[in-house]
Amino acid sequence: MPKHEIILLKNMMEPGYTGSLKDYEKAGGYQALQKVLGKVAPADVTTMVIKSGLRGRGGAGVATGGEWTFLPKDYQGPKYLCCNADESEPGTFKDRQLMERDPHQVLEGIALACYAIGAETAYIYIRGEFVLGSRILDKAVAEARAAGYLGKNVLGSGATIQIHVHRGAGAYNFGEETALLESQEGKRGQPRGKPPFPATSGLYGKPTVINNVETLANLPHIVNRGPEWFASIGSPPKSAGTRIFCVSGHVKRPGNYEIPMGTTLRELIFEQAGGMRSDKPLKAIIPGGASAAFLTPNHLDVKLDFESVAQAGSMLGSGGVTVMEEGTDMVWAALRLMEFFHHESCGKCSPCREGSSWLVQTLRRILAKRGRMEDLETLVQLCNNIAGRTVCAFGDAEVAPILSTLKYWRPEYEALIREAEAHRAHELPMAAMRH
Amino acid sequence: MLQEKHRTEIDEILSRYPVKRSALLPLLYLAQREAGYISEEAMREIAGLLRLTPPQVYETATFYTMLNLKPVGKFHLQVCKSLMCALVGSDTLIGWLEKKLGIKVGETSKDGLFTLSKVECLGACGTGPMMQINDDYYERLTEEKVDRILADLKRDGASALKTGPFMWPEPNGAKQ
Repeated sequence: MPKHEIILLKNMMEPGYTGSLKDYEKAGGYQALQKVLGKVAPADVTTMVIKSGLRGRGGAGVATGGEWTFLPKDYQGPKYLCCNADESEPGTFKDRQLMERDPHQVLEGIALACYAIGAETAYIYIRGEFVLGSRILDKAVAEARAAGYLGKNVLGSGATIQIHVHRGAGAYNFGEETALLESQEGKRGQPRGKPPFPATSGLYGKPTVINNVETLANLPHIVNRGPEWFASIGSPPKSAGTRIFCVSGHVKRPGNYEIPMGTTLRELIFEQAGGMRSDKPLKAIIPGGASAAFLTPNHLDVKLDFESVAQAGSMLGSGGVTVMEEGTDMVWAALRLMEFFHHESCGKCSPCREGSSWLVQTLRRILAKRGRMEDLETLVQLCNNIAGRTVCAFGDAEVAPILSTLKYWRPEYEALIREAEAHRAHELPMAAMRH
Repeated sequence: MLQEKHRTEIDEILSRYPVKRSALLPLLYLAQREAGYISEEAMREIAGLLRLTPPQVYETATFYTMLNLKPVGKFHLQVCKSLMCALVGSDTLIGWLEKKLGIKVGETSKDGLFTLSKVECLGACGTGPMMQINDDYYERLTEEKVDRILADLKRDGASALKTGPFMWPEPNGAKQ
């Protein structure tokens, strides 16, 4: 048994737990909503969340309670909450488990957030491929509505809280919240220029908060057990609470592991996930989803909290930890991720749309042993002309795999290019020109 | 026509949103469920329903990879090829499927049963290699499992090997 407390995955780890309303209630579910609704002022719920130190689990790590306070204070019209369930960062598969195995925990979190910010309607934007997840959520919403936890006059408090499940249709860049809003409005999923920020002009031009599934699932526990309790877990003050880390790649036991933030990469990989799958040693780690820079075995003692991973030159991101063994070709790995980003670039900004295509072409050329030494400089130049030059953070994300593999495994790139050069030396001048 | 057949469902979908255009993706899904793909005729009808121009519907429909604008096989096999699955053998899986189905990626089998596609990350990185077939996920695939799935689909139109509510690792150290 793990030596730390499991919070979000606790219910579903009980044998026989089905995630039904009955099971959730038996496990203490919806008590937070009953405790708060009509009894605690919405502003006090926000204060509680601020005090807890909860930060967004989707990737950016914004302070959740703080974000809520950006909504205009005396606004009379409708406000919205969007639950970002578009989990699509390669390496990440935790929200799927939270929604499919314990959907009411997510719904209670959404209801609490709606109450705190004064939103009567919430949309769960779930990625289109999660058909099963959307069915499970639909059913859970109907159960909760029938039991009076959602709908009009929830628990006799007078508050209205409606939740709708909205399925996406296969696009990546909705970690960028304004792109998610565009998609929810039935448009192409491209980011908006900011300002205005969603807090003042979001969904349908109304004040909107967008929070990740795991972020919202923490709320019932914060309300039930108090912000001080939450703030004492993990690596406070800046990284309070647990995180569900999704371990993939060459480990013995890939999967979702909930551990306090501040645990080391070493413990996650070698204790939780059982270590490497074979006797091949560890070569590379991506600590926070495809958008996070690669790290090396020298980083095993880096603590998994927002600050420590950033200090190591990467990011905690969405919690997707991918492990690669010795023998994995790093140029190939960078290309696979780059192909993903090229495919998912929404096409709005030229540096990202064109740059991702050039990066893929250049990497393919190097991997096919047709590269030249100056290609390495070209890669770096391209990356530097994408990052920071796009409307959303996608541009910064897509260059991380290339820049970090170049930083740590440059000799692998060079070896491929030297092979190309050796080959080229035997070609006739005209043939060489074709490359 | 969608309206005649699905009036109640369409009304229910429209009731969820204060702005009609938000119902566009759900309605496109409805059209796809109906015909297996989204025809130009369906897009025109949806445009009418939502008071949009047909190009507005088309510009949205062409952005999303899950919306099929041309017919696909009865079973659409979509294999994840992103890095996390590739580390554990998705390229091998694609090879098996091409051999067993006698088609290449992007093609549909002659009997119209299977279409094979390579796609980017499906959010099942800890249980690769994996694929999605229509609405269902199939994970931790081995060659033997693939054989069984294809046989099941041909025979019964469904396979018990699809993933249920997801949890990995399974609780209490159940089979790894």
